[in-house]
Amino acid sequence: MAVSSATGIRRWILRAASIAVCLLAWQTAATYHINLGLVTFANVPPPTDVAAAAIEFAQSSKAFSHLSSSLRRVSIGFALASVLGIALGLAIGRSRRAGDVLLPPLELLRPIPAVAWIPLAVLMFPSSEASMIYITFIGALFPILLNTVHGVENVDPRLVASAKSLGGTRSAILREVVLPSATPAIVTGLAIGMGTSWFCLVTAEMISGQFGIGYYTWESYVIQRYPDIIVGMVLIGLLGMGSTVILRRVGTALTPWHTVEESRR
Amino acid sequence: MSGQERIAFSDTGRIELENVAIRLGSGDKAFEAVSDVTLSIAPGEFVCLLGPSGCGKSTLLGALAGHLPVARGQLTVDGKPVDGPHPERGIVFQHHTLFPWKSVLENVAFGPKMRGIGRKARRQKAEEILGLVGLQDFTNRYPKQLSGGMQQRVEIARVLVNRPRLLLMDEPFGALDALTRINMQELLLDIWSRVRTTIVFVTHDIDEALFLADRVLVMSTRPGRIIEEIKVPFRRPRDAAVTVAQEFAQLKRRCLELLHTRHDSFPMHRLEPLGLDLGNG
Repeated sequence: MAVSSATGIRRWILRAASIAVCLLAWQTAATYHINLGLVTFANVPPPTDVAAAAIEFAQSSKAFSHLSSSLRRVSIGFALASVLGIALGLAIGRSRRAGDVLLPPLELLRPIPAVAWIPLAVLMFPSSEASMIYITFIGALFPILLNTVHGVENVDPRLVASAKSLGGTRSAILREVVLPSATPAIVTGLAIGMGTSWFCLVTAEMISGQFGIGYYTWESYVIQRYPDIIVGMVLIGLLGMGSTVILRRVGTALTPWHTVEESRR
Repeated sequence: MSGQERIAFSDTGRIELENVAIRLGSGDKAFEAVSDVTLSIAPGEFVCLLGPSGCGKSTLLGALAGHLPVARGQLTVDGKPVDGPHPERGIVFQHHTLFPWKSVLENVAFGPKMRGIGRKARRQKAEEILGLVGLQDFTNRYPKQLSGGMQQRVEIARVLVNRPRLLLMDEPFGALDALTRINMQELLLDIWSRVRTTIVFVTHDIDEALFLADRVLVMSTRPGRIIEEIKVPFRRPRDAAVTVAQEFAQLKRRCLELLHTRHDSFPMHRLEPLGLDLGNG
């Protein structure tokens, strides 16, 4: 575990160098329009163009609207998916009957990709905003649900028996034993769900609208502003990664017993 | 150590078993793990159930705790039939079942919390009992930050805070090293001298049984039956010196004979002491 700071710095240099090499390869391939037959860089903008486009985007008046629209959609969709996913997951994991009733329809819905939901989402919801939120919701729901079920099913039955012996009622056991025990799995589900929610954003914002990072990316393709496509992609990647990191931090704060040092007698 | 004052319990904890049989497993695999056990344990008595692995002693304990139903016969505590787990019948296992996400103090305060006792009052109760087991300085640790012996002390405190009529112990020191084990045995006797409750203690260690108990009940292999009752005459308070007395050696020899003659040629599987339904629900 204990890594000396010199080794630590060396590892960070290595990681940074890895990214630099990738960027350099990209720059070279795009500048010389390298055609590998299977894949061609003829129409791919080089990183320098992308950087210029990014600066232009940052200075544009629409940048804030794009970002805030996307953040709002993902936040609402993700929040709804969290509440429903955890609630359903607890019910399915704790009660065999709830599992029998709830799981079959959910298993049928699970393999349907977000993009396949678009037509129905447009038909089902009164506003395009709601249908977009629905797409980010459905993207986040299943990872959260399945990880919660997994976490609940893996609760140590000895701890449950022990809590019963100490006077715990069914609801107290759910609150005091099952929920904390499943928390690490739920946090993992939330982190994955956050990722898939961003993942589905472009799909969602294809529906319509004027704002949103996904919309911006798609629009850039339609009007052939190729560097902007990559700006949009990078932004989605960064926002997805950033929100996942925040979630993991919150998860660590919620499970302090996981990080304490074990006793060395 | 704080908590030198004696915490007195009322005169409760009488156990009566009449022709008790306990079945484990379901369907074709069901078998009788314990047969025709009749015994009576007085309030405040310290009884050890001694027997080879798989003889059903843990099963019997599981039934006393209320985790396993009785197939035949009568099992009562203070005249009331046992039907399900209850904080009045606390159980301690070989491997601790402390909640990893709760501090030592919160673990011990769990029982009072379930009874609806306020935060301040239950913390005070927990601190008092933790002082009794010598862990007053470790209240804010998590279970995994403690040694095996300390974890078992927390486990005992968590049960005792409920002022149980029975303290049921299923090889509680079985996973500890020899020295810690002896310390824990002495500590348990010390606690029991101040918190008088009926103790039923399961072990396959003859020395442990004779050192701790007022009475040792020797069990045969499956189906478990009680084949001998040995009254242990040593004066209390006892210390480790008892174990080298001549009388101790005689009793030990007797136990060895009993366990040997009853030894079956095929190995016995360990029984699931909780009879847990590992499915959902």
